[in-house]
Amino acid sequence: MNTPTTQAALGQAAIAPPPPTSTVTLKINGVERHLQLAPWTSLLDALREYLDLTGTKKGCDHGQCGACTVLVDGKRINSCLTLAVMQEGADITTVEGLGTEDNLHPLQQAFVDHDAFQCGYCTPGQICSAVGLLTEGKAKTTAEIREMMSGNLCRCGAYTNIVSAIEEVLHSKNSELRR
Amino acid sequence: MSTTSYIGKPVNRVDGPAKVTGAAKYAAEFNVPHLAYGHIVSSSIAKGKITKIYADEILAIPGVLQVFSHENVPSLAWFDRSYKDDVAPGGSPFRPLQGNEVKYSMQPVALVVAETFELARYAAALLRIEYEVTKHDTDLETKRDDGFEPGRGKTGWVPPPKPRGNPDKELKNATHRVEGEYIHLAQHHNPMEMFASTVEFLGDKKLNIYDKTQGAFNSQQYVMKVFGLSKDEAHVVSQYTGGGFGSGLRPQYQLFMAVLAALELKRSVRVSMTRQQMFSMGHRPHTLQYVELGTNPDGSLAALHHHALHETSQFEDYTENVVNWSGMLYQCDNVKLTYQLAKIDVYTPQDMRAPGAATGSFALECAMDEMAYAAGIDPLEFRLRNYAERDQNLKREFSSKKLRECYHEGAAKFGWEKRNPEPRSMRDGDLLVGWGMATGVWDASIQKCAASATFTADGHLTVLSGTNDIGTGTYTIMTQIAAQTLGLPLEAVTFKLGDTNQPEAPLQGGSWTAASVGNAVKQVCDKLGEQLLKLAQKMEGSPLKGAAYEDVEFVNGQIRLNADINQAVVIRDILPASGKDKLEAENTMLPNPINQLKNSLHAHNAVFVEVKVDPELGTLHVTRVVNAVAAGRILNPKTARSQVLGSVVWGISMALMEESVMDHGFGRYMNHNYSEYHIPVSADIHDIDVIFVEEEDDKVNPLGIKGLGEVGLLGVAAAVANAAFHATGKRIRNLPVSIDKLLL
Repeated sequence: MNTPTTQAALGQAAIAPPPPTSTVTLKINGVERHLQLAPWTSLLDALREYLDLTGTKKGCDHGQCGACTVLVDGKRINSCLTLAVMQEGADITTVEGLGTEDNLHPLQQAFVDHDAFQCGYCTPGQICSAVGLLTEGKAKTTAEIREMMSGNLCRCGAYTNIVSAIEEVLHSKNSELRR
Repeated sequence: MSTTSYIGKPVNRVDGPAKVTGAAKYAAEFNVPHLAYGHIVSSSIAKGKITKIYADEILAIPGVLQVFSHENVPSLAWFDRSYKDDVAPGGSPFRPLQGNEVKYSMQPVALVVAETFELARYAAALLRIEYEVTKHDTDLETKRDDGFEPGRGKTGWVPPPKPRGNPDKELKNATHRVEGEYIHLAQHHNPMEMFASTVEFLGDKKLNIYDKTQGAFNSQQYVMKVFGLSKDEAHVVSQYTGGGFGSGLRPQYQLFMAVLAALELKRSVRVSMTRQQMFSMGHRPHTLQYVELGTNPDGSLAALHHHALHETSQFEDYTENVVNWSGMLYQCDNVKLTYQLAKIDVYTPQDMRAPGAATGSFALECAMDEMAYAAGIDPLEFRLRNYAERDQNLKREFSSKKLRECYHEGAAKFGWEKRNPEPRSMRDGDLLVGWGMATGVWDASIQKCAASATFTADGHLTVLSGTNDIGTGTYTIMTQIAAQTLGLPLEAVTFKLGDTNQPEAPLQGGSWTAASVGNAVKQVCDKLGEQLLKLAQKMEGSPLKGAAYEDVEFVNGQIRLNADINQAVVIRDILPASGKDKLEAENTMLPNPINQLKNSLHAHNAVFVEVKVDPELGTLHVTRVVNAVAAGRILNPKTARSQVLGSVVWGISMALMEESVMDHGFGRYMNHNYSEYHIPVSADIHDIDVIFVEEEDDKVNPLGIKGLGEVGLLGVAAAVANAAFHATGKRIRNLPVSIDKLLL
């Protein structure tokens, strides 16, 4: 027997017009960027779709995978779980702000040397998360690194090498390497 | 000493710097001008008909450009064959947005296109759709008696061999006999990158298509056939792919959607799936297996029966090789292998890393462990006693098989001889310790592949082949092969892939890429080398005059005589001296059919696993893994090790975590997101040792490569389950091995 049903994720509420945009100023990798954004734009989408900073990845858009990890005032956050308008005036660092192909950040270099990735899609998030981890200064042991890097999924399963790469930088005698 | 000898060296990934800086661009990251965004609407029902779509309501929102559904999609290709891709199974491929019928939950039923991503998503969430719901059936358990033997399967599927000997009688007469049913639910690939296509509209019908795929050519063929485009109009690019694991073998529906919208709106369009939607595009099928083994008094296998039944969709007969491996992994003269499908209301399953083998080896290798216990023999000794010296399925010799060495080297590294066979006998403080092992086997295959090479007067070599690099290291190993073949430093070589304007390469899958593309690259570089030698011989006072290609070597930037290495020409000098700007070569590598048909070509592995179980809580951790792999020549031990490390993580994941749980009331996977579909995180992964056993093989292909994408995964799930048995005395045949099952 067939029964009728209706689909609409937002239910039968009256259709509201899209929200208006306003000027948002974001300080990203040391540069002030002025954008016209609606309040519903996440920081992640602002980076990827409005600023062409596609190094920050979208893996779930729900704060479940960590691929979108960036540093806001030095702290690692999931950029899909914050709205761009909420970060006005904050100091945002993305993977593009850490180093370049010719001048890699020590963690980026360690990730290459330890082959700490395969497909590379979770990698910018892993690296930003690792920068945040080193800044926090809480992780001292391998087990602590593993625990405190567990917000960043890697489906290729590169965890062994990710942890080795982070350990190398953590234990590096040259504190400059941990900039 | 050769400094340009790169094959077999642990070279860093050449694409590494691009990946760690975010410079590597994936399909959804090409921000072409004037881009519109499409958001896919998925059906809320599992079966029935769409009766009305209220598109007008959302088209009234400023900035919403179009709603595509079966109501307005133009007539496209008519015949099924136009929708069949390279690896389509038998049946009728699903055609998105064509017809009002809903065949499975979360079927794409509409595409909302708008000026911004946020607006498209908002409008898609508001779209009202009315359905007539028909009763669905998504439960394989109710289909146990409805199994059927598939007809023609997809490319690469081999029906089980006919029974040999008298398995029924020998099972009855066996000294020891075990039997059991093995079950796992559907599993989803879940690559980190969500499926996306960015279609750049270049006017008329000309498109640049940036697609997430494991094969740009497969996507191109599909788009050409469905939309009636030429090769030139459907240019597909896929230079970086954020993981595949098989999910990108078939063109996915966002590709259809994005191309449709771009052609209709005459505008560039991007369509990305959500993580939830990635549970609506193929999966490892829910499979029920039955294994029965019998042994003779001397511990040799008397008979073996392996049966598998798995789900497929109502419209395609997905097939994979589940049971065949059981007929060739061990010596056994009485074997019965049977394989069936059953149709339920889901989307068609799809190849997922080591398709079929991951499933089959889990059942067989757990049964082997159980049999070893029943016969009172150590599980490793039991396998050695039943070692297959030749492939009894194909009745052929192995081109090479170093599985025995895998057993010995793996066991030595792991310390297997210290194992007390008694379950629950080993402890670490309060924790129960379990040691288990298992074996795996996978095909070493090779496909036809083309490549081109260009050497320019500045001394740079560029090699092209339209393959893919889903994280496997293709960029790097091809650069190594090309550089070594022509004796050039790595920095002087660029390998490019993932573009349909390049010479055609097969899909990246089946562990055949290293062999197929690798041998193609080697051949085309040799062809270029012959041209370089001829030009070098024409140089004034050339010491190479009269030398055949076999008489010289390309090393350290020079061509030099084998007989006297001081007689050499600098390769960089050749083109300037001859007045040419560049040299080019193109070639299609064809596998040697005689070697392919004469031998059994396989890679093997042996896996040893330690688990620790808290007897009070039932929590289980895999604390140590040794995976010994014999897979022919290892081109780059660094990237190869990463592949096997990843495979071990996949095996642990399969054993302990992964299951797509169907709510049969809704006919939908309940845990369709990354927080409820569990995969390991960093804290779940402990010590993993990878051993590559030396294995030379000049029959499998000229470079002796067997491929590594799948073999490392095999045996891991079974070894974990076997270790769990050793730790707890509980034989769990229903994956995942979870706390509840360990405590019950």
